[in-house]
Amino acid sequence: MGVVTFPGSLDDGDAQRAVRLAGHQPVPLWHRDHDLQDVDAVILPGGFSYGDYLRAGAISRFSPLMTEIIGAADDGLPVLGICNGFQVLCEAHLLPGALVRNAAQKFVCKDQRLRVESTSTAWTGAFRDAQEIVVPLKNGEGCYVADEATLDELEAEGRVVARYVGPNPNGSMRDIAGVSNARGNVVGLMPHPEHAVEDGFGPGTDGLGFFTQIRALLEAQSA
Amino acid sequence: MPRVVVDVMLKPEILDPQGKAVHGALPRLGVEGVSGVRQGKRFELEVEGELTEERLAQLHDIAERLLSNPVIEDFEVRVP
Repeated sequence: MGVVTFPGSLDDGDAQRAVRLAGHQPVPLWHRDHDLQDVDAVILPGGFSYGDYLRAGAISRFSPLMTEIIGAADDGLPVLGICNGFQVLCEAHLLPGALVRNAAQKFVCKDQRLRVESTSTAWTGAFRDAQEIVVPLKNGEGCYVADEATLDELEAEGRVVARYVGPNPNGSMRDIAGVSNARGNVVGLMPHPEHAVEDGFGPGTDGLGFFTQIRALLEAQSA
Repeated sequence: MPRVVVDVMLKPEILDPQGKAVHGALPRLGVEGVSGVRQGKRFELEVEGELTEERLAQLHDIAERLLSNPVIEDFEVRVP
């Protein structure tokens, strides 16, 4: 499973660790390469690629590797963008909407309860419908926005992947914490499941399901 | 060398917490009667050679694809 490093990525190491703990082999990918190295799935990790210059994710989106990822995602490659990775996916128009500065003008860093709203994506099959999980949330520009028509479409097609439970931490419209593309292979998530994969480190192991599911998917494909 | 300016502003319906924070500071400076502040970006592009129609169209494309995000922002390309 590939984990992309952009200049300014921070959580690529933790994402690789999560992949390992879920029983897969992490493959580090460099943003300037053109080769996806035959990985079966790609994770775009959190951080501040290019220092969030211009807009979060706006410059990374034009990296050589992203060009490959956009093509592969259109062909069905599972892609998970976490935090900054979610921003990159929105900038790349692989996901609808955009992420803007938190409504309360503050950086948020806390353990956050989420409700998994869609278990039919490539990344959420390990969860039960409406399962509540707790994973860390840390962002300055995590406020999900889209026009009403897009939001209605996302809801109608079951493409809201996760919602915040309790007080809305960043002003996201309709409490949206994550969305998917129509096919379900591309998922963007603002909170950080890769920080909740091992007992004793973080709020528990609720995040692990995002990384084990791919295994099931791959086995299903190869079967 | 010709210069092209691109102004980028958040769409009116998008909340602008930065502008709001700046607005909140005004009374502390003794300034009253400003009903709102919106913060945007200004890009100055120095262009080599002549500014042809073709070149302007190219910069317009860049303003749309890179300098702004059409989901949340409006932009304007102008030659001052």
